[in-house]
Amino acid sequence: MAKKKRRRITFKYALHRLTHVKFSTVVILLILTVVAAVSILPIIYIISNAFKPLSELFLYPPRLFVRNPTLQNFYDFFYSTDVSAIPLSRYIFNSLFVMVITVAMTLVFSSACAYAFSKMRFPGRKWMFDMIIIALMFTPEAVVITRYLIVSNLGMINTYFAHILPHLALPIGVFLMKQFIDQVPDSLCEAAKIDGANEVRILLNIIIPAVLPAVGAVMILAFQNVWSDITTSTFYMVDESMKTLPYFVSTLSNALAVASVARKGAVAAAGLLLFLPNFLIFAMLQKSMIETMVTSGIK
Amino acid sequence: MERTVKRPRGKAKNTLREMRANYIAYLFIAPFMLCFAVFVLGPVLSATLLAFTSYDSVQAPQFIGFGNFIKMLTQDVVLMKYVIPNTIVFAVVVGPIGYALQFLLAWLITQIPKHAKKGYIMAIYTPSIAGGVLISVVWAVFFSSDRLGYLNDLLLNMGIIQTAQAWTQDKAYLLLIMILVTLWGSMGVGFLSLFAGMQNVDRQLYEAGKIDGVNSSLKELFYITIPSMKPQMLFSAVMAIVGALKAGSIGVQLSGKNPTPDYAGQLIQTHIEDYGFARFELGYATALSFTLMLGIFILTRICFRFLGTKEDE
Repeated sequence: MAKKKRRRITFKYALHRLTHVKFSTVVILLILTVVAAVSILPIIYIISNAFKPLSELFLYPPRLFVRNPTLQNFYDFFYSTDVSAIPLSRYIFNSLFVMVITVAMTLVFSSACAYAFSKMRFPGRKWMFDMIIIALMFTPEAVVITRYLIVSNLGMINTYFAHILPHLALPIGVFLMKQFIDQVPDSLCEAAKIDGANEVRILLNIIIPAVLPAVGAVMILAFQNVWSDITTSTFYMVDESMKTLPYFVSTLSNALAVASVARKGAVAAAGLLLFLPNFLIFAMLQKSMIETMVTSGIK
Repeated sequence: MERTVKRPRGKAKNTLREMRANYIAYLFIAPFMLCFAVFVLGPVLSATLLAFTSYDSVQAPQFIGFGNFIKMLTQDVVLMKYVIPNTIVFAVVVGPIGYALQFLLAWLITQIPKHAKKGYIMAIYTPSIAGGVLISVVWAVFFSSDRLGYLNDLLLNMGIIQTAQAWTQDKAYLLLIMILVTLWGSMGVGFLSLFAGMQNVDRQLYEAGKIDGVNSSLKELFYITIPSMKPQMLFSAVMAIVGALKAGSIGVQLSGKNPTPDYAGQLIQTHIEDYGFARFELGYATALSFTLMLGIFILTRICFRFLGTKEDE
């Protein structure tokens, strides 16, 4: 009963909103719509191309939207590895394996570390956390050479360790998590301690449920960090069978940059397959991400 | 209390005792800190040392003092003539302009009705997760050199150009294209942080502001919103600087060549990889890295000066 009533009002209200919006809001909406269109047009283009048959890929003049969608490009992509010795499934396995382990370990490492920095008092706490903040400015790309030397001296070349371990040093994960845990009142932890809970229990049963948005955000960042990364494959893997899917796709697309439209369809299909998980995971966790970003400020 | 703390030996003993009492804390931070030490601190410190050596990865590094830095200033023609000007142009546009754009878009989104926000955020954030592979796939075809390239098609139809142009192979356009593509993909974590910061400003402040004569949205922005969200602005400024200076492979991805045609898209990052992995002059390459890190560090410190929260605030 109450529900019905509310729905009617909502409709009226929506109509009112539609007809009585301020002029400035309309202008802002227009600007944003243009920006949003420019932002996603290339993505739409990729989706469209992935389903275009050969005749449409080479159509002149080029069309943005697909007319007769086909899955041919996906077949082409799956069989494109016939020329190389490594089956595509190997690249896919490598990517999934590295991704799952990396995301899981990043969550464990950064929540444990952030909890200690936030709720425990120990010598070195301040300068170590300051160091993590400074490391936000650090880009792995800048020290690609010494990183390579360290990985190679540790004997990790051609092992999964070289795919996983460098990605675990994700300062932004610890940083965001710590900022969020700071908001959980200390009294909660102390009460649990009086009840006899140890630190691991407090982390798992009290802190983690209270900071789920931050867990979601760190998950997104860890995922993005590892999923489309090609540096570990490029620099630390010599053996082709140890490389990951994005690396393989990039070798296909590098040929594309020079050779124009040849294989365009297969590469678009591959690009779409790589991009889709990224997009879905953000769409699902957008709310957590924004809630976490509220606490991202550096004071 | 005063007795023990003031004597240095007592202090050290105290610290040790405190460390032992809190050993669990160290166990909790150990896994992350270990990875951090090996893959972040280690590379940075060893880059600082290697920067002062000559090293070809076969023979042991030899200390040569400031030799690499002198070479950088006096002998590396490509660096001086192309890489540094390119990097400066690229970073100045992508950094501050990208940052301003992020701020503007975030602010515009806060101005629209609530239920529309999510979709716009999604659309604007999406390019930043597209990743290097997708970027090169999409844009390489957009700027493709034959008439099938979208840009060529468009401009040919409008009669602006007479023949198809090889945009990404042309030194006149490559850097500009790199900047546009990077800006397109730069609305990432920093953008979200700015948006979240703006959303989170206490509504009561605006109410109070109205009474005090803050009556337009622009005034609200400058007198209320910006001062309340300095911490988020600092965070995203750091992200913007890092994003602008670490970019490198984009030119290679677009043109399909390293070095890029006529060095038009050569940035410091590509230069480092060129010396490190193509010529194996690792000492010199790390000296370049060291300089880059120093640059990033100084720039972020400047941001901290402007946006950092003072102790008494």
